[in-house]
Amino acid sequence: MAAKTVTLKGMRRREERTAWLFIAPVFLGILVFQVYPTIFSLYASLTSWDLISAPRWVGIRNYVNLVTTDRFFFKTMWTTARYTLGVVLPSMAISLFFASLLNQSIRFKHLYRAIYFVPVVAPTVALALLWGWLYEPNFGIINAALRVVGIKGPAWLGTTQWALRSVIIMAIWAGLGFQIVIFLAGLQAVPQEYYEASAIDGANSLQKFRHITLPLISPVTFFVLVTGIIGTFQDFSLVWVLTGGGPAGATQLIVMYLYGLAFRLQRMGVASAVAYSVFVVIVGLTILNFVFSKRWVFYEETT
Amino acid sequence: MITDVEREIRRGEITAGGGRPARLATRAVTHAVLIAMAAMMVFPLVWLNSTSLKSPGKQMVWPPQFIPNPFYPRNYKDLFILAPMGRYLFNSFKISTLSVLGVCFSSSLAAFAFARMRFRGREALFAVLLATMMLPYAVTVIPTFVIMKYLGWLNTHYPLIVPSFFGSAYFVFLLRQSYRAIPQDLFDSAMIDGASFFRIYWGIFIPLGMPALVTVALFAFLGSWNDLFGPLIYLSSQEKMTVALGLTYLRGRAGTGVEKVGVIMAGSMLGVVPMLLLYGFGQKYFIQGLARTGLKG
Repeated sequence: MAAKTVTLKGMRRREERTAWLFIAPVFLGILVFQVYPTIFSLYASLTSWDLISAPRWVGIRNYVNLVTTDRFFFKTMWTTARYTLGVVLPSMAISLFFASLLNQSIRFKHLYRAIYFVPVVAPTVALALLWGWLYEPNFGIINAALRVVGIKGPAWLGTTQWALRSVIIMAIWAGLGFQIVIFLAGLQAVPQEYYEASAIDGANSLQKFRHITLPLISPVTFFVLVTGIIGTFQDFSLVWVLTGGGPAGATQLIVMYLYGLAFRLQRMGVASAVAYSVFVVIVGLTILNFVFSKRWVFYEETT
Repeated sequence: MITDVEREIRRGEITAGGGRPARLATRAVTHAVLIAMAAMMVFPLVWLNSTSLKSPGKQMVWPPQFIPNPFYPRNYKDLFILAPMGRYLFNSFKISTLSVLGVCFSSSLAAFAFARMRFRGREALFAVLLATMMLPYAVTVIPTFVIMKYLGWLNTHYPLIVPSFFGSAYFVFLLRQSYRAIPQDLFDSAMIDGASFFRIYWGIFIPLGMPALVTVALFAFLGSWNDLFGPLIYLSSQEKMTVALGLTYLRGRAGTGVEKVGVIMAGSMLGVVPMLLLYGFGQKYFIQGLARTGLKG
């Protein structure tokens, strides 16, 4: 009996050592590519640094400059906020609607779902080049189609008034399939008994949607909202290719600004300050989301 | 009578009142809406394909030509003259394939440990892992660039490949879910037979967890192939570029003139088609794999 405990102990130790070995690459990666950069960014944001000479300590001056003298920082943040809201909220509404339509016993539902997902797999750059052509004011198909019904289409990406909207429309189109798949999975997990019970009580479709579906899929909705905000706030490729931030900075998003500062102008200190501001905004929004989630997210007790 | 009601409830379409004709009408409207949406999702890609095969000047004729007349495959030839498209494609394939191998191996190994092995701090470390998924990449990109510069890896493919070998939190999470569903008995009996942990991982969990691993591999390939930001900051010479980055250069080189749009669309097609093929073959892995994470998220 005593011998057995010793071997068990030895086995436990062996298991422990092996487990650490197995997770070592991932945690080394976290240390090198997540923890260290997060700390280093904070330091870099307090310096003036061009990547050639050593970083020079400037304290909080970069942050002060961002909020006082920088002409673009707030404008860009505001554009990014409008872009994020403009993409995330309508996408959620549209994708929930289509997921609900697909969550019935209708024919070809898998085919529809598969088709909606297609833009998600295509390279953003190629899609952005394509949409640039669709939006082309004189020869693009969108304005050509509008001309047929007697509307003179706007110059889309070429005007400060329409550029952001155009970019938002494309971003919604590109991401919709992803959210439909997630919402549909959430809808399919809602137990049928609830609907049966409410049908007996004489509830109509809208009431069922409002009082059964929405509360029961609220964790999924929350997931889509949080990941959507974090992701969209940092969008880059799509808009960079479509407009490059123009016209007149109307579609300049915050990561594009960061990219320009860091990799075009080699102003690493200021760029890091921008990066940390993004960090703070995203963490803030996420916390806010979690706080408000207590009011509307309903977690079913698992039995 | 009861069964009828039941069937209708199962189909989720019980409505107050509404006889059979009304239901048929609802169904028709539903399909019409779904089809309209499908058309909107697919039309741009159809248009991409047909524009890439149109001769200059034919791209803007009205009514729109879905089947180009005449066929103009020269766009594809011009494309390879304007930019080293073959190089771009080769580089993308190389980077994506190596990234997938790295990310699959490291992530599944860690996922196995988190799913089945007992060690101190397991729950805490897993929580740390999940927390890193929330970290915005904006905050890590500059220091990571500095690390790569310090290693002398600028304008090489290493910065786009090597980090994958450290796995990905999201994929560890996804694989752990699927490994936990593998029966404990299999693990126990292999242990009694004296198999090493690595052997159990390699011989049991890898084959049995294949569907989830394929999902991870596909998403990793997609992510690597479609990435623009990484190649944009790390690669500067033409012969190192990937398709995603190369396309932005192609546009610069072809100019913004409308007559060049065919060539740009041809290039975009070459970026899109491999991913569509991948999606065609692995469609169920993409969608089901994603559906699972969404639920557990």
